[in-house]
Amino acid sequence: MGKFLLRRMLWLIPVILVVSTITFVLMHAAPGGPWDRDLSARQVDPATQKMLNTYYGLDKPLWRQFTAYLVGDVDSEGKFDCGLICGDLGPSYRQRGLTIQQILFMPPEEKSVIYSRFGYSMRLGIYSLLFAIIIGIPAGVISALKQNTMVDYVSLFIVTIGISVPNFVMAIFLIIIFASTLHMVSIVPRSWDEISVWVLPAVILGFGTMARTARLTRASMLETMRQDYIRTARSKGLSERVVIIRHMIKNSLIPVVTILGPALAGLVTGSFIIETMFGFPGMGRAYVTAIGQRDYSMIMGTTLIYAVLVALANVSVDVVYVFLDPRIRLD
Amino acid sequence: MSELLSVQGLETQFRTREGIVHAVNGVSFGLKEGETLGIVGESGCGKSVTVMSMLRLIPSPPGKVSAGKALFQGKDLLKMSDDEIRHIRGSQISMVFQDPMTSFNPVLTIGRQVSEPLEVHMGMNRKQADDRVVEMLTKVGIPNPRDRLNDYPHQFSGGMRQRVMIAMALVCTPQVLIADEPTTALDVTIQAQIVELAKRIRDDLGMAIIWITHDLGVIAGLADRLAVMYGGYIIETAPIRDVYAHPSHPYTLGLLGSLPRMDESGQRRLVSIDGLPPVLLEKPNFCPFAPRCKYVVERCWKENPPLMQISPDHTAACWVNPETGRER
Repeated sequence: MGKFLLRRMLWLIPVILVVSTITFVLMHAAPGGPWDRDLSARQVDPATQKMLNTYYGLDKPLWRQFTAYLVGDVDSEGKFDCGLICGDLGPSYRQRGLTIQQILFMPPEEKSVIYSRFGYSMRLGIYSLLFAIIIGIPAGVISALKQNTMVDYVSLFIVTIGISVPNFVMAIFLIIIFASTLHMVSIVPRSWDEISVWVLPAVILGFGTMARTARLTRASMLETMRQDYIRTARSKGLSERVVIIRHMIKNSLIPVVTILGPALAGLVTGSFIIETMFGFPGMGRAYVTAIGQRDYSMIMGTTLIYAVLVALANVSVDVVYVFLDPRIRLD
Repeated sequence: MSELLSVQGLETQFRTREGIVHAVNGVSFGLKEGETLGIVGESGCGKSVTVMSMLRLIPSPPGKVSAGKALFQGKDLLKMSDDEIRHIRGSQISMVFQDPMTSFNPVLTIGRQVSEPLEVHMGMNRKQADDRVVEMLTKVGIPNPRDRLNDYPHQFSGGMRQRVMIAMALVCTPQVLIADEPTTALDVTIQAQIVELAKRIRDDLGMAIIWITHDLGVIAGLADRLAVMYGGYIIETAPIRDVYAHPSHPYTLGLLGSLPRMDESGQRRLVSIDGLPPVLLEKPNFCPFAPRCKYVVERCWKENPPLMQISPDHTAACWVNPETGRER
């Protein structure tokens, strides 16, 4: 197991290299730069721009900027300034005086790390995943047990909506229903400390995952229900309840549990639209803002964190598999 | 010996896209205490469906037991409540299935699976159940059984798994053991071991056995009586010696002819039965074997023969006596 984990962690290095190369190239291929203002606003004067470029090293050739980001570079005073390999994601070009890791991981004063931007996004991801599990798995199990009945069809209908309607469309509908019409929640809450204001964004964000979980659970249950060992279990005189819980559900959930890791990564990293719509103080909204502002190091840093999250989620699947299915051994 | 199990006029049908498949068509047989009944026939002739129908293990829908009785100690298994039949399954009548690879739950330990009937029917706790499981695993010849309780099915070989399956079926000391082609998925040497094991345990515990197979060689040394099935009908029943000495249905004759024999001198080509098994989409009003039968006479196409008494203990469903080639 240790050896396996080590090998998988080493794989992160090429992943990071590829992701950062692509991001760097695309980012610099996009027109504009970090010092451009909206056309209507007053522009930064050329002398200041030149000074800023020198200060942040943006006057150097691109390959040098890239290596400086990854490994580091010697600054004007001859001191070596270490880059990504030391865990430094660099300074933000737009939020002066803050590094990327401070922006993403540093909570407001005297609060715990869950109040950082990363913490907010993580919590939103976890809540929506919980929603997806608590609704999706039972829905899938019941659908399978009541295959081709009204219950199954209703669940199929809801699930199809969840899979096919993009979450920003659903968000607008639900905001119109629950916020504008029914006034049950506030559209842009003043504070995110109250749990009730999390419900709408978490449900919208988790709806697609809930639908996919329900689908997968149903298919997996139907597959398991036909297995010989279910007949064996019945032939031993077990009650239907025991057959379902002990013999069917445990086997059916193996494929389901393994998608939950990547699903969490997907929810944490995929929340930027929802975060932006709800004015949510998370990483996703910061990411969208950073792209608009061409805040190069912020774009780079957030993309890499997303990539690492997804990669770790995939490793977690392989590890979880070992505990779920005794037939699988790593190494 | 008194009648333990009596199946009368059992009919099972499956609804399919093509129509209703008549898998079992009025099958009747009896099983006495301690008796071993062999049911033989080719794939798809309704052997398994017959015993599964008895225990109500047919997936429904699409399957449906549409007629008949299955009296176990005088009570009809087909009419009793779900709870009643549950208390019989695994405790008084238990089953061993064909494929030991797929018939165990892959994510539960062997100890857990074998002890389940004890917990359900005997109300044993884990410790008592484990002791009993170890005792049964020893009986079926699993080495170091106590160390293997926490092993998973994939850690056993096919033959060992089938032994465990037998132990699991017998753990509550049932009166009837139904073995549904228990040796088909195993290689020949292991087959012989499993048959020997079944014999030894039967003599030990004295239960009755229904042994389903398509292999007349496997059943010869094991069964007291034989029922031959074809196209959802029982077409011949007789004490095992009679079947081999005086087969009275052309199909039985064909089955025996297709069996290689060790005691034969000289060379003989194995005989095959021409044609294909019948399609069961409709109940035939003629003998279902007629299209493949070399003794066929006109009457065979007009009436489906019922089981007829041939000698006191021997019945066959054929208008023709294959020994003489003339109509009975």
